[in-house]
Amino acid sequence: MASRGETPSQTVGPYFSIGLSGPDENVLVADEVQGERIRVRGRVLDGEGAPVGDALIEVWQANSLGRYRHPDDSRDDIALDEGFTGFGRAATIFETGQYLIDTIRPGPVPDPEGELQAPHLCLIVQARGLLNPLFTRLYFPDEAEANNHDLVLRMVPPERRSTLIASQEDGDPRVYRFDIRLSGEGEIVFFDV
Amino acid sequence: MSDPVVRPIAPKAHGDHPPFLYGDYRSTVLRAPQKDLVRIVQTLSETTGPGPAWSEVSAEDADLTTNAGTGGMALGPRIIVTGSVLDQNGEPVPGTLVEIWQANAAGRYAHWSDSESSAPLDPNFLGMGQTVTDAQGVYRFTTIRPGPYPWRNHPNAWRPSHIHFSLMGPALGSRLVTQMYFEGDPMLGLDPIFNAVPSHSRGRMIAAYDHDVTEENWATGHRWDIVIRGRMATPTDPEVG
Repeated sequence: MASRGETPSQTVGPYFSIGLSGPDENVLVADEVQGERIRVRGRVLDGEGAPVGDALIEVWQANSLGRYRHPDDSRDDIALDEGFTGFGRAATIFETGQYLIDTIRPGPVPDPEGELQAPHLCLIVQARGLLNPLFTRLYFPDEAEANNHDLVLRMVPPERRSTLIASQEDGDPRVYRFDIRLSGEGEIVFFDV
Repeated sequence: MSDPVVRPIAPKAHGDHPPFLYGDYRSTVLRAPQKDLVRIVQTLSETTGPGPAWSEVSAEDADLTTNAGTGGMALGPRIIVTGSVLDQNGEPVPGTLVEIWQANAAGRYAHWSDSESSAPLDPNFLGMGQTVTDAQGVYRFTTIRPGPYPWRNHPNAWRPSHIHFSLMGPALGSRLVTQMYFEGDPMLGLDPIFNAVPSHSRGRMIAAYDHDVTEENWATGHRWDIVIRGRMATPTDPEVG
């Protein structure tokens, strides 16, 4: 087969919700899904700290036991959950740039060296003005020991690791805050995957 | 517990894609990251992805001229858009979700924030479609040719006719959102979003008129292949015990 050049990326533009965001796609859980319910919320902000009210956040995660619903995750000894794909989408609110995801805390998944990674959510951020998707991860503040050993976090310059760790909201241990600063001061880490 | 084999996908060919910051497209200025991306190893989190589990579509949504469900037909030149989804090795990618959205023939989106437009809505047109590639990696939509529309990027700015395409692909890094343009459109060279792509790869976003796809007394045909990142030709086995 002849090699082919990649089709170039383009922005999702301001009207992506016509094609990409259905109702309730930011709720990944159904009643029968196993695992600890968590809520992730935050804002998407631009280089001046202004809200980005037309951003799309896609989430990809393992289930509560640490298995992905995907043919390459062949660990049949770890159960999959009926009704849990591990995929969701959240659009930010136009006026405030806020987003909200209701899901379960993912279990740990192995890294290529055979060690366990810290629990994390994979996020893809897109918006008008973003000509390519941005890949990042959300880690949990109550997993400090696992975070310290995480293969991917250790590839991030130490002074920037905190940008990938959500904060716990006062009063509710199951709510995590994760602001996504796209540019400038406080810019979070984005990955070349 | 056996560790799953991690089958990396090809690295992104950054030189074929637009930069994050492209000044002529003003919205990039405050939104483009200023720091370099951090290169990471692909773990199971990156070599898997939502594509295989997210492929439920209804057959009606491959036809945007009727999927509003009103019983009426969308206005505008009816077109068929079809092609193959391939990976960088030229291998077809079956079973992948393809989602599209577009303006109507008058150049208006059925979206609340396009309310300043002076162009009319079409009650028989939603402007959204979905399908899944078949066993040969082929997708096919019936729709109408979208109109160009003005935007506020610069004086007398117009977006050329285009259809937004979103593909999931086999892995997280296969994710592609792009726009399909039409062969021969004189407005392409004036469009900063099109021009943000390096000149050598811009042509990969342009659908070709294809008379073999055209259906007599029904619709003109346009062919457009899409290439996403797939598995490396020679998978690298992880050294795990």
